[in-house]
Amino acid sequence: MNSLILRTVAPVLTALMLLFSIFVLLRGHNEPGGGFIGGLIAASALGVYGIAFGVTAVRRAIRFHPMAIAGAGLMLAALSGLISIFFRVPFMTGLWVYPQILGVEVPLATVMSFDIGVYLVVVGAIASIALALEQEPGPTIGPEEKH
Amino acid sequence: MAANAPAVTFIALFLPFLAALLAPVLVRTLGAKAAWLLALAPAMAFLQFARFLPEVAAGEVVTGGYVWVPSFNLSFSWFLDGLSLTFALLITGIGALIVVYAGGYLKGHPLQGRFLGFILAFMGAMLGLVISDSFLMLFVFWELTSITSFLLIGFDHEREAARRAALQALVVTGAGGLSLLAGLIFLWNVTGVTQLSLLVHVGDGLRQSPFYFATLLLVLGGAFTKSAQFPFHFWLPNAMEAPTPVSAYLHSATMVKAGVYLLMRLNPVMGDTPAWEILLPFFGGITLISGTILGLRQTDLKLMLAYTTMASLGLLVMLTGFGSTYAVEAAVLYLVAHSLFKGALFMAVGAIDHEAGTRDVTKLGGLRSAMPITFAAALLAALSMGGVPLFFGFLAKEEIYAALAAGNPRAVFFTAIAVVGNALMFALAFAVGLKPFLGRHVETPRHAHEGPVSLWLGPVVLAGLGLLAGIFSGVAHFYISSPMASAVVDEKVVIDISTVPHIGMPLLLSLVTILLGLAIFWRMDKARAWVVQFVDALGIGPDRGFDYFVRGLVRMSAAITRFVQPGRLELYLTATFILLALALLLPLILAGEWPTLPPLPDLLLVQEAAFLIIAAIGIIAVLRAKNRLTAIVSLGVQGFAVAVIFLLFGAPDLSFTQFMVETLSVVILALVMTRLQLWSRDHRPLPQKLLDSTIAIACGLGFTLLLLKSLQTPFDTVLSDFFNTYSKTIAHGANVVNVIIVDFRGVDTLGEISVVMITGLAVLALIRVRSRRSAKEGKV
Repeated sequence: MNSLILRTVAPVLTALMLLFSIFVLLRGHNEPGGGFIGGLIAASALGVYGIAFGVTAVRRAIRFHPMAIAGAGLMLAALSGLISIFFRVPFMTGLWVYPQILGVEVPLATVMSFDIGVYLVVVGAIASIALALEQEPGPTIGPEEKH
Repeated sequence: MAANAPAVTFIALFLPFLAALLAPVLVRTLGAKAAWLLALAPAMAFLQFARFLPEVAAGEVVTGGYVWVPSFNLSFSWFLDGLSLTFALLITGIGALIVVYAGGYLKGHPLQGRFLGFILAFMGAMLGLVISDSFLMLFVFWELTSITSFLLIGFDHEREAARRAALQALVVTGAGGLSLLAGLIFLWNVTGVTQLSLLVHVGDGLRQSPFYFATLLLVLGGAFTKSAQFPFHFWLPNAMEAPTPVSAYLHSATMVKAGVYLLMRLNPVMGDTPAWEILLPFFGGITLISGTILGLRQTDLKLMLAYTTMASLGLLVMLTGFGSTYAVEAAVLYLVAHSLFKGALFMAVGAIDHEAGTRDVTKLGGLRSAMPITFAAALLAALSMGGVPLFFGFLAKEEIYAALAAGNPRAVFFTAIAVVGNALMFALAFAVGLKPFLGRHVETPRHAHEGPVSLWLGPVVLAGLGLLAGIFSGVAHFYISSPMASAVVDEKVVIDISTVPHIGMPLLLSLVTILLGLAIFWRMDKARAWVVQFVDALGIGPDRGFDYFVRGLVRMSAAITRFVQPGRLELYLTATFILLALALLLPLILAGEWPTLPPLPDLLLVQEAAFLIIAAIGIIAVLRAKNRLTAIVSLGVQGFAVAVIFLLFGAPDLSFTQFMVETLSVVILALVMTRLQLWSRDHRPLPQKLLDSTIAIACGLGFTLLLLKSLQTPFDTVLSDFFNTYSKTIAHGANVVNVIIVDFRGVDTLGEISVVMITGLAVLALIRVRSRRSAKEGKV
């Protein structure tokens, strides 16, 4: 879309939305949010960027193929469940650690990495579909639709 | 020894699989010599199993195993009695020779490593089949032998005949495998037992069960397909498309005997009933006769052997079902003898084929001086197969006649069948083991000479064993035949037949058989011509029938697919939504459970009313939209309004997701719309519109009523109480919705994101196909 306003605002907007999506993802365990919704926000952010600058720009910006991102997410989620094997507890049992990072106790858990996996799958899959649809060569007008 | 025995047996069981994994690498580095190294795996397993011989001969049973899935009461356990031990020794012993043989036979073949890998994997599967204790393990290994057999038959995958034969074998034995699975489930349900070793304690329970006959038919479905009994025999001759080591090993010495093994194993609990003693001898007898007659028709040495194998399997089934201890003894002796001489003959034929370049009996002759060692081995094997005194085959034949010649009409009938069948097999044995070597020297495609040691070692050892076992029959009976027969009839049996001829009915019948066989051998060409005429007159056999069946199946599924999937999206959507409406409304109508209308709230808050109105406006806008894009955006308005209503009623997670989903679906739908070549306006005629709106209203009404109804049923708070109580304490999360998604029901979520991923891939694939096609059309 060739709108100066959009092209000016889009980078900032995308950055803010991505940041917000991560915020929503991480706070999801205690407040409204989580991987699904975070992933959807991130996918929208990429959508905004795509509308402003085109598909090629988005692909360049995210470096990896969106399906690869989704695949990595699925693997992360599955592996998060598998960690429990080493502790001889059933598959997908949530495991927690509380390391001190910069003097602050930060709770980390396999459920968190699982949720990050969900986030990545949603971003990857949705972005992949949207980008593929947007990238198509321009609409060919059907025979019945000449106007 | 006792302490580590289970572990060693376990390793012996898995040695072939391990060797199968290593085979490709070893062959790549060592070439054909790798076979000698790989043969050590089955040889070592053989030695391990041989250590159990004294114990089993003393009437003991060796068991062992590991717990596998304790919650299903499933264990990985084995059970070695006379029957399974004999099979295990045959599989590993002949297996070691076959691996060596395959090393020479396929020397220089680019895929030799793969071949050895397949055959060793088969060996492991077959070994697992015969020593498994649990039904489930038996079934798994049974199927595994079918699959490895498929791979081996189709080894020359570039030839269509090999592919067809492989598929045919897989379809027939695979269908039989399903039948066996059902049979085993019946067996389990009727007896309550899941282990073969416990079956002997069942007694008459199964025989008196009303499900006996169904169980029997299902088990026979598995055994008859695997052991190539008429009318399922046709896959076995076709399986000769495989390289000769496969034919020698799978399709004569081991795999095809799995069906016989199963019948012998079940004889104590399923045998001794009229059904058993009619069905088994009947089908076995037909298989025996038809196998020998069809074999007579062939000129290909390998096919002749294949049909005699089928005939021998028929004989074994007939004897197993005949219903006397004598008959079982005969079956046991014949089974061992057959594995030895048939394996030897197949390998000898392979050596001839390999060195002379043909295996057509009419184009071979005078090979005795060129291939003396192979000749000796083939002749010894043929003598055993023909049942000539001194050989193990003779003992088996004596015992067969002793068992059958009981005097009553039924026995006379089956004796006659056995005599005819054996005489024909005698003739075929010498046609294979003697004919190519005698007479004038015939020019062959390749200049024939003796092959390397790997090619004659196997035939010599097996044929020699056939002679030794006959001469030292006491030892063979003590360690092999008697324990095996005891296991089959489930009581102590001592076999004492020796190679010293006893004057009597059996010897007389043996003589008749040999004379008749000599006569047929003498007039072989004439007999062949006669049989060819006879078989041609019969018309299509089951082999052609299989082709028709497969073709019909393909056509039928194509027709059904065309009917169910006509390719019009409108029809799919219409069908889906009609079904949805029915599913929602029918239960309410049939059960008469209409919800009562809830009382309208006295006071609607201003903001609630406002968003309801916005939602309604959105819907009206959808209906009145001039083009699709407007409609989509209007639908988004309605969705946003609903999302706000969620928020007002305290479901922020739901509301968030609804917002994002609405936004993204508007974006994606808009993108799709611009891609598809659609009318920009709604072009449906009025009747179509009426139908579609009726369906839409029915669906909406159904959902509304269902929701109202479910709100009016008393709410069970067990789950919400559980989640509210434990969300914070166990899962350390205050947001119950999120805790359910990532923790309590995490496996569900894992499944869901897999679906999201697959959907994404599918959409991507569809778009690619479309764009590639349009690019192609654009060029034209």
